[in-house]
Amino acid sequence: MDFAFTEEHEELRQTVRRFLEDKSDEQAVRGLMATDRGYSEELWSQMAEQMALQGMVVPEQYGGNGFGPVELSIVMEEMGRALFCAPYLSTAVFAVNALVLAGSEEAKSELLAPIAAGQSVTTVAYVEDGDWDVASVSMKAEKDGEAYRLTGTKSYVLDGHIADTILVLARAGGELGLFRVEGGADNLKRELLPTLDTTRKLASLEFTGTHATRVDSGGDQTDALAKAVTRTIIALAAEQAGGTRRCLDESTEFAKTRMQFGRAIGSFQAIKHRCADMLVEAEFSKSAAFHAAFRAAESTDEAEVRAAAHIAKSYCSEAFFNTTAETIQVHGGMGFTWEHVAHLFFKRAKSSSTMFGDPVEHREQLATQLGI
Amino acid sequence: MAQVEMSGKDLRGRVQALLKEAHPDQVDQFTFRGKQWDHGLAMVHFPEGLGGLGLNPKMQGIVNDEIRKNAKTFYEDLNINPIGIGMGAPVVLTYGTEEMKKTLIKRIFTGEDIWCQLFSEPSAGSDVAGLSSRAVRDGDDWVVNGQKVWTTLAHVSKWGMLVSRTDPDVPKHKGMSYFLLDMEAPGVDVRPLYQITGEAEFNEVFLNDVRIPNERMLGAEGDGWKVAITTLMNERTALGGGSGRKGGGPIGTLMNLWKENSSKHSNASKAVLRDHITQLYIKSELLRFTSQRARAAAKSGNPGPEGSVGKLAQAELYKKVWECGLDVIGSDSLIYEPGYELKRPEAAEKHTPLTYAKYQFLRSRANSIEGGTSEIMRNILGERVLGLPGEPRVDKDIAWKDVPRG
Ligand SMILES: Cc1cc2nc3c(=O)[nH]c(=O)nc-3n(C[C@H](O)[C@H](O)[C@H](O)COP(=O)(O)OP(=O)(O)OC[C@H]3O[C@@H](n4cnc5c(N)ncnc54)[C@H](O)[C@@H]3O)c2cc1C
Repeated sequence: MDFAFTEEHEELRQTVRRFLEDKSDEQAVRGLMATDRGYSEELWSQMAEQMALQGMVVPEQYGGNGFGPVELSIVMEEMGRALFCAPYLSTAVFAVNALVLAGSEEAKSELLAPIAAGQSVTTVAYVEDGDWDVASVSMKAEKDGEAYRLTGTKSYVLDGHIADTILVLARAGGELGLFRVEGGADNLKRELLPTLDTTRKLASLEFTGTHATRVDSGGDQTDALAKAVTRTIIALAAEQAGGTRRCLDESTEFAKTRMQFGRAIGSFQAIKHRCADMLVEAEFSKSAAFHAAFRAAESTDEAEVRAAAHIAKSYCSEAFFNTTAETIQVHGGMGFTWEHVAHLFFKRAKSSSTMFGDPVEHREQLATQLGI
Repeated sequence: MAQVEMSGKDLRGRVQALLKEAHPDQVDQFTFRGKQWDHGLAMVHFPEGLGGLGLNPKMQGIVNDEIRKNAKTFYEDLNINPIGIGMGAPVVLTYGTEEMKKTLIKRIFTGEDIWCQLFSEPSAGSDVAGLSSRAVRDGDDWVVNGQKVWTTLAHVSKWGMLVSRTDPDVPKHKGMSYFLLDMEAPGVDVRPLYQITGEAEFNEVFLNDVRIPNERMLGAEGDGWKVAITTLMNERTALGGGSGRKGGGPIGTLMNLWKENSSKHSNASKAVLRDHITQLYIKSELLRFTSQRARAAAKSGNPGPEGSVGKLAQAELYKKVWECGLDVIGSDSLIYEPGYELKRPEAAEKHTPLTYAKYQFLRSRANSIEGGTSEIMRNILGERVLGLPGEPRVDKDIAWKDVPRG
């Protein structure tokens, strides 16, 4: 049943929150966002050793925790709240889902355990020319003996500049497959992109006859990979919901303490009512994100899961952006400064709204599904 | 209230036992709902013997689904006695005497006694605590004088939940008391008040030397505000639940209208309306999920200020849905088939989806006024849920009689 949260869920949330409050405060975020690497290797290992977070949805037989989308979304919600800088979305969410849903037995055995152990940064390269639909991938994989050679460019690859393993979506003949390329491979040019949101790193990858091995379970993988994208979107929506709540909390706190005209600004309705509207958005976002997570965990009807993901991505994106914009306004001049945290969320909100399809695109797909 | 655990299967078994004894397709409303009450399946979160089984409130859904599955007739609480069931019953349960609980609640549920809420007055709407109607003690009775306004269903009600001033010399929140008023008592004068649609759902109620026995006071003398707040929070939770079904309620009507009318629109307006309807669909679903989530997290007992999230969101959403309805209808929205004859609403208005949408375009304007305006909901969320400071108050610490009014 939807929203049947358990005590274990609450414990998980509290543990992750404490860990992130301890290890990833604003100062840490600012430190990491200024680096090219974008994350702390030491913290990444600790996170695996102490909390086993990278293996949340890695099945137990491959060295993970074997949890599902709901637990993953709880972790993502907390990471969104903390604006956590790490290759978690790329590795523990997207790559793990791609491998679990589309990977060959051999690839799962070889690649999932190092991810769960915090010893790998693995990413998925799929977008070409800014189209986030899996079906529109056109990069060609040419057979070369047992292996393949990839040619073309992938853009907006999460952590693509540092990943040790890159899972590339490309076509062998007409079939969409999953191909493995080593991060340091020859004939691969990796370029860190100057991103709007510097807390999440993106790279452009240029393949010029790059050596690759096919790691999917055989046959066309369009449906399996679309499923992996849907689950990544659902986790991302939870991250957005966490960010939304954090911005609401920041605004409320500030509105209680900032005095003007001899009273706290939160006593002015222009401010108070903005906060109340943000509260509605935060609550709706949480409902959207976790409805989708529960559907992904429990439904056997993929169309239903997809619809829930469209709802979540469309709503959580717009609510998060609106809340961050309002947070700047509520904070006045302070909210416009580099020093204040608001702009970090503002930039995160806009870019996470754009990646994996923007709200209008998700509504277009939902409308088609509903026959509107 | 300690909560009883019961499996869905056991509960469905009890519904089956009820249906064997009385089936809604075969007996009348009072008989069926009376039996439903006797079986503890009326409001399952109420105590045993009082229409419930002491279960978590969300279990009521199982009962309703099971009845719907097995019968063509289903009585919606909202059509039977919205104010009595939504507010009257929980308030009597919380503050009433044992005698009141035994005699009043069952008749609320069956619909034998309709209830109304006598809070608002001409000079006290949002600021209901500023009300001026006066109740003066006289022997074992209270004698009430004053005027109430916007009183929904007063013209068919047996009981009214009345808040009146019993002490004008203390600050406003402290000087009110809460009564159950017999609407048939001498001195109660109910007159229709017509609204935007031409109908009169609500009334003006004049109270002239109306006598109420002291034992019909709920809570202690001076506790009127506390009891009123319990009433209002139940009301807001009832008004913020969205539709129980996926794609049901207003959004369902809108989507059907779109199917019939989309071909009339140009490509440009088609694209815009399609996205707009999808946005409204998303929000309707999220309203439903948010109330599911609140129910899943709810403990038993009276709802808190969080209920205002749904109340605010639903009011603003439904207005937008029906505005969009007229855009979808297009040029034909120039016509208003029902007309504006001044009259009482009929129990079952003969609406087509088209005329219903037009009617709701008008009726939904009340959504952000009735049960507390959207501005008041935002104040409550800001102050009571988020903990923001209140506004400077000019009326808090002075005697009610010295507060400016108008
Ligand atoms: C269809 C319908 C049915 C109703 N049924 C009942 C009923 O059965 N029983 C009953 O008792 N009442 C009923 N009401 C009355 C309803 O509760 C009041 O209309 C409502 O509380 C608003 O009060 P008011 O009309 O006096 O407006 P006012 O309080 O005068 O408000 C006017 C405007 O000022 C704003 N405002 C007021 N105070 C503030 C503030 N502090 N901050 C910001 N803005 C503020 C309001 O939001 C509104 O926009 C009903 C109303 C309607 C429309």
